[in-house]
Amino acid sequence: MFSLESFVDLPLIWYGLIATAVFLYVLLDGFDLGVGILFPFAPSDSCRNRMMNSIAPFWDGNETWLVFGVGGLLAAFPLAYAILMPALYMPVILMLLGLIFRGVAFEFRFKATGRSRRIWDYSFHFGSLAATFMQGMVLGAFVQGVKVQGRSFAGGAFDWINAYSVMVGMALVFGYALLGATWLVMKTDGITQDWARKCAGYVLGYVGIFLGLVSISMTMMNSDVKALWFSLPNTFYLLPIPLSTFVMFVMIWRGLHKGKEYVSFFLSIGVFLTGYMGLGISLWPWMVPFKVSFRQAAAAPESQSLLLVGTAVMLPLILGYVAYSYYVFRGKTSDETLY
Amino acid sequence: MIEKFDPVLLARIQFAFTVSFHIIFPAFTIGLASWLAVLEWRWLKTGNTVYKEVYRMWVKIFAVTFGMGVVSGVVMSFQFGTNWSVFSDRAGNVLGPLLGYEVLTAFFLEASFLGVMLFGWNRVSPKMHFAATIIVALGTLISAFWILSANSWMQTPQGYRLGANGLLYPTDWLKIIFNPSFPYRLLHMVTASYLTTAFVVGGIGAYYLWRNRHVKHARVMLGMAMIMGIFVAPIQAVMGDLHGLNTLEHQPVKVAAMEGIWETKQGAPLKLFGWPDQEEEKTKYAIEIPKLSSLILTHDLNGEVKGLKEWAKDERPPVAWVFWSFRIMVGMGVLMVFTGVTAAVLFLRKQLFSKRWFQLWCMAMTPSGFVAVLAGWFVTEIGRQPYIVYGVMRTAEAVSPVMGFQVALSLLAFIFSYVFVFGAGSYYILRLIGKGPGVLEKAYGTHGVKEPPLLTDLASEAGGKHV
Repeated sequence: MFSLESFVDLPLIWYGLIATAVFLYVLLDGFDLGVGILFPFAPSDSCRNRMMNSIAPFWDGNETWLVFGVGGLLAAFPLAYAILMPALYMPVILMLLGLIFRGVAFEFRFKATGRSRRIWDYSFHFGSLAATFMQGMVLGAFVQGVKVQGRSFAGGAFDWINAYSVMVGMALVFGYALLGATWLVMKTDGITQDWARKCAGYVLGYVGIFLGLVSISMTMMNSDVKALWFSLPNTFYLLPIPLSTFVMFVMIWRGLHKGKEYVSFFLSIGVFLTGYMGLGISLWPWMVPFKVSFRQAAAAPESQSLLLVGTAVMLPLILGYVAYSYYVFRGKTSDETLY
Repeated sequence: MIEKFDPVLLARIQFAFTVSFHIIFPAFTIGLASWLAVLEWRWLKTGNTVYKEVYRMWVKIFAVTFGMGVVSGVVMSFQFGTNWSVFSDRAGNVLGPLLGYEVLTAFFLEASFLGVMLFGWNRVSPKMHFAATIIVALGTLISAFWILSANSWMQTPQGYRLGANGLLYPTDWLKIIFNPSFPYRLLHMVTASYLTTAFVVGGIGAYYLWRNRHVKHARVMLGMAMIMGIFVAPIQAVMGDLHGLNTLEHQPVKVAAMEGIWETKQGAPLKLFGWPDQEEEKTKYAIEIPKLSSLILTHDLNGEVKGLKEWAKDERPPVAWVFWSFRIMVGMGVLMVFTGVTAAVLFLRKQLFSKRWFQLWCMAMTPSGFVAVLAGWFVTEIGRQPYIVYGVMRTAEAVSPVMGFQVALSLLAFIFSYVFVFGAGSYYILRLIGKGPGVLEKAYGTHGVKEPPLLTDLASEAGGKHV
């Protein structure tokens, strides 16, 4: 049967593809979840309308990357999917409920009048907050590893809760808030932009603190990871990652103070990228950390091949029309309507 | 106490709850997207603004419904793993790529062009906007293609082999995708979606006519809905019959449950109603029509129909559920065909838009499609129990190693959230219907329309019945 096994390293390609999909999800839904996190703190209702309008045409597409990441995981690494979902049962369900409450708010908020609009303002905010925090906790629990027996999760219902995962959850809340704030600097003007700029500066400090904490404690938790980062000559090779992160922090801060509109958003993406790379290097080659490698979790080569063909054909198209939809809704967002 | 929660039963109830809730939205949006494309085409072709106003009213309802479909659908992509991780592990090789293709070829397409469709009026040309509507409609159909292929494979699996650890491996993708029950299920479901939408639209149109509001728009709605009722409802009946015969070939025990037949018989009667008793192995209080079951299933008055007793007790589905769901679905279908025939007669007498009893009837038929779709899925999903992959893997083996109380808690959370969120959604849809097309709103939503009210509407509101 049809298989690309003898031509390319299928598991490796899929490892990269899933990692890319998850990263794109983090960036894209990150900024619109971030807007939700900042939502109630905006100075006026007109600002809130503008914030909502700036992401309304995109949120659905952004969330699709999550479905692609998860669906891709099922298709390309079914074993990892089958172990991780039960292990992360509760935070995943809570995240989904958060996504429901925020997702429907886009439509309901504009249909609601008077006081009932408040319900959807809060639904949007707390949904975004809960979804983000739970994604952080999922990440925190994931990097600590899960108990596995045979081909199944073998741990308890509350393994995912501990100080570390709470910390990662908070880190992600600030991280997404930074993406959201810098997105708003780019997409709005006037008092919304001024406020967003202030928010971004404020949040930036917390992102720095949490990123430092998470990174350092990550190396403390696992001796292999510690050895990877703190042994010569590795440290020397890996130094550009923390260094470039530091440089980008400084540039974001300067960009915000000099009134630049685009640079902060794209450099925040850069900060996420280096953070993600650091994570990837620490967790290589695990698909379920420290238990199942991406090669062990790989689906049959025929399955990976079939979906790879589809991905190779469709992904450029998808990226093309996603870019088109961002192009259609380019420029500053108004607070009234998008027509 | 905690040990008493049965994880398998709870996982099934939870999955049934989330998936039943979810299917309501796609069932409606698949049909609605296609209808919106037709409306926009009519508008571009004729320049008649009534079509555009009807479009703009229904696109708002589409947006609310689609949003609810998206958020309840994201849940489903996780539920295979949270509830059925063993199934995901074993069948992932086969089903994973199918679901992957659904995301790649449908979800991104719908999500990206939905933005243009809803918010792009003044940002793209009318032709591009029309293209966006068509792309969204196509996206819903492509999505149906893949998910129904995956579901059908679980009903009639082929093109795979069994490997170590009980893992299933693909051997022939074309056989997997185009498995025996797939063409029937796809056509039956897509048609069901079209009919669901038609009866909702028709019901709302009838409501406006009955209240003597938005008469021009209401005629478009009821008229186009009844075209579907007249021509498509009978086609659906034929397709349902073909689907049933296909099921008889591949899952005869499901058909035996649908018919409530326990003993294998030649010239089996059709049981119209009755109470199938799983313990006593008979259908009590049955009202029967002699030999009709054999005629329908074998197209021969004396053909042999296999009864449930041909299969061991642990191979039979819960008969009463299947039996009654089937009757509800068929009952709705019969009412739809009847509505179509009545509409045809009234149309020929030029009374389609004036008979008030017919307007009341159409209003009563508004939810019929949803009831039929849910009942139909109950038939096919409960009817294939106790298997998750028919004849290959049992549902009880497929369940995740999670504690019962986790599933119970999350089930409660889902029920509470869904009732609240989707209750609110239904309320906003009803309000949009209450407002109707072309009425100038005070506060524009993002999908609001900035244009003056139409003269016809002003006249109909001021002048009451004389329009």
